[in-house]
Amino acid sequence: MNRTFKSIVRKEFLHILRDYQTLIIIFIMPIIMLIMFGYAITLEMRHIEVAVVDHARTPQSRQLLSHLQSSDFFVIKAYDPPESQFESLLQKRQVRCIMVIPADFSLSLTGERFTPVQLLIDASDPNAANFIQNYFQKISALFNAENNPQFKFPFEIVPRFLFNPNLKSEYFFVPGLIAIIVLLISALLTSIAIVREKERGTFEQILVSPVHAYQIILGKVIPYIILGFVDSVIILLIGHFWFQVPVHGSILLLLATLILYLLTGLSFGLFVSTITDSQRTAMLIALLMTILPTILLSGFIFPVPSMPVIFQYISQIIPATHFLKIIRGILLKGIGLWELKAPILYLTLLSALMIGLSIKKFKVSLE
Amino acid sequence: MSEPWAVQVKDLTRKFGDFTAVDHVSFKVKKGEIFGFLGANGAGKTTTIRMLCGLLLPTSGQATVGGFDVYSQPDLIKQNIGYMSQRFSLYEDLTVRENIEFYGGIYGLKRKQIRQKTDELLDYLHLTDRADTLTAQLPLGLKQRMALSTALLHDPEIIFLDEPTSGVDPESRRQFWLLIYELAARGKTIFVTTHFMDEAEYCQRISIMQNGKIIELDEPQKLKTKYQASTMQQVFLKAIGEIAQ
Amino acid sequence: MVPLTVENIKKSFDNVQALRGVNLQVEKGQIYGLIGPDGAGKTTLMRIVVTLLNADEGEIYFLGKPTKNNIGFVRANVGYMPQRFSLYPDLTVEENLRFFGDLFDVPQAVQTKRMEKLYQFSRLGPFKNRRADALSGGMKQKLALSCMLMHEPGVMVLDEPTYGVDPVSRAELWDILKQLASEGKSILVSTAYMDEAELCDQVGLIFKGKILASGKPTDLTQSLKRLIYLITTNNAHQLYLQLQTVFPAQDCNLFGNGVHLIDRKQLGLEQIKKTLLDRQIEFHDIQPIQPDIEDTFLELIHQREVPA
Repeated sequence: MNRTFKSIVRKEFLHILRDYQTLIIIFIMPIIMLIMFGYAITLEMRHIEVAVVDHARTPQSRQLLSHLQSSDFFVIKAYDPPESQFESLLQKRQVRCIMVIPADFSLSLTGERFTPVQLLIDASDPNAANFIQNYFQKISALFNAENNPQFKFPFEIVPRFLFNPNLKSEYFFVPGLIAIIVLLISALLTSIAIVREKERGTFEQILVSPVHAYQIILGKVIPYIILGFVDSVIILLIGHFWFQVPVHGSILLLLATLILYLLTGLSFGLFVSTITDSQRTAMLIALLMTILPTILLSGFIFPVPSMPVIFQYISQIIPATHFLKIIRGILLKGIGLWELKAPILYLTLLSALMIGLSIKKFKVSLE
Repeated sequence: MSEPWAVQVKDLTRKFGDFTAVDHVSFKVKKGEIFGFLGANGAGKTTTIRMLCGLLLPTSGQATVGGFDVYSQPDLIKQNIGYMSQRFSLYEDLTVRENIEFYGGIYGLKRKQIRQKTDELLDYLHLTDRADTLTAQLPLGLKQRMALSTALLHDPEIIFLDEPTSGVDPESRRQFWLLIYELAARGKTIFVTTHFMDEAEYCQRISIMQNGKIIELDEPQKLKTKYQASTMQQVFLKAIGEIAQ
Repeated sequence: MVPLTVENIKKSFDNVQALRGVNLQVEKGQIYGLIGPDGAGKTTLMRIVVTLLNADEGEIYFLGKPTKNNIGFVRANVGYMPQRFSLYPDLTVEENLRFFGDLFDVPQAVQTKRMEKLYQFSRLGPFKNRRADALSGGMKQKLALSCMLMHEPGVMVLDEPTYGVDPVSRAELWDILKQLASEGKSILVSTAYMDEAELCDQVGLIFKGKILASGKPTDLTQSLKRLIYLITTNNAHQLYLQLQTVFPAQDCNLFGNGVHLIDRKQLGLEQIKKTLLDRQIEFHDIQPIQPDIEDTFLELIHQREVPA
């Protein structure tokens, strides 16, 4: 490594260290996001408020209610509200659903009649409504099994969840968070760092020295690679030791692919910095080009196959989609390099393309 | 380089789209000369300087700086020139020492050289006891002299100064010009643009640019005689006014 | 009534004293030039005058009312042009003017009339449909000035309107200011260009938060009360260095046309000439000259830094 290059890297580190507010944000952000996703934004529901109307008032109906109560999912907020109040209860969000047990409930258990138990669910949040319905079905199945042991369905689906048997959402968001934060640092911060230098006018001074464009770019980029890498490792460590996210695959492969993904992000950041001259625009473009699609379209939150076809195609362009395949594969499935060759190849090609484009564009933009 | 010219420019032209920023400009600057470059905003001064510094390719014409061709040898030019612009090139969030070391570094000086040069420079600027303060905290006049000194770390033969003295106090301005005289006395060539017309008189020769063309080029005294003016301000206004009519 | 009175204004930022007790008065129909380098406190003072900043100490009277408790009144009646005045670069000349008219609630018909007048003296008429970012530096400043005049303020505060503007446009801007003053406007204007002092009615030389001297430009230069000699040569640098070996350093000042020598000990022309010849110092000519503002400023700075 030559001296010129070293002094650019050193200077960039000094900038980062001096701007301690940004530095703090860089290290606190992943932790805050982990806490947010880990505790606040959980994809499961607990303590759903329900109202129950028991027209049967038999030991069996009371048993059903006690099942309901003893589960962690539900809290019974109201008993036997009059039918006229149903709507307002739901509207005011005092309860999320109302269960109505018919008078002939117990008869159905002896097989004489089929009696539906009515469930009124507030479906204004469709996801939540789905959850509630699922939970009720679980409870009714349990109840049926206890009260009707000889009854048999012709067949039953017994799912076995692979790779994430307890359906923990941590397994889902820890890899996703790494995908986002790495992008945030590599794409957003690098593009701002370069554009800032243009804004200040110091860029010109460096350009009149014999330094080459690639030296400036690499020199500015390396500190951010290191920052992004350290940040990702922090998330991984917290994810593994606090949220118990397993690491089934090779750690070496994981770190190597992480660096590859960082490079992809940086190549985007570089590209952004070549097409704009103001920090504000750089930030917006970086957000638009990298962070938003990563959150919305990569499969981090919304599964790709359930998107409209056009978005499925778009999601295939987004680097994070491929990185998520890689990191989830390594962490949760323990798969190796060979199985991941397609996404790895894609990220490599994409980075090469973007860096090539940036260097070309960079030279032109100096004119 | 035995020839006496530090900068030679012939029919230099630069167009941006339909707009001709610099229009067939020709001039020569002697080695060791202080050459002033005056002109209204947008007259083409900065574009000319950028071409001479290897930041911008000319559309047509010829130019050599320190004997090197602007088309084919921009890297050699860059090694042999110093450049300082009105927007001081120092990093405000770095300390005095860090700034000096950085610029020493990008010119590829050896670590020992950098240390030696840094000490010399700090001593020269009387900044030794403030080497570790942030550059942002220095007074403007000092920042400006420091910016010039850092632009000279690699001991260039030709120095380009683009409006170097905007907004500093008269005393600091004088100290800055003393520094420039010293450099010229050591054989360096100085190429300077300014809006201060009285500063134009510090130059040995000046050129006045308007609409991309050089409309006057001579010694300040001769120009004053020619336009029967007592100050350069009047020379400038008359020269530009005559052309406009 | 004096349109603008500044009394003993003090202001500090984090232990840095930006203003150390500033006094000044702008009379009706006058241009008061606040002259000093960057960092002298010009901008801080102007911001305090237009109520964008609060002073730590002191009082300002704007059209007779203390600014402290009349913020709305001041802002409605002052024309303020900040240093790096931010026009909207993506709006045209006319759109910029209209916007500032609307901002001060000027009726449309009045706006149109005023715009015609402003186009006339700024000569921006032909460019009224051009975007502000496509104007030259001088035209931008004229547009900024015009925007500020849309509500016809009686008192104007202009922070370095000629900064970075070429000499031709500067001369034009000053012509406009002169005309405004002759129409009865009171103008407080700052500049870092010493030579602009002569264009003001009153001048305050400000340095490091303090006004070192103030008065009419001619009074100021005469207040120096010392003879100044211009010594010319073709190597001013050499001459300057040699003179310093004979005379105190603060008495020699380098100028473009030679060296200005302050005759502090009242040696007289002949005596100085003799000294120069004795020391074999080469020069073309020596003659007494009228000191200008720059000589005055340098002398004041030296007095401060080298206590007598």
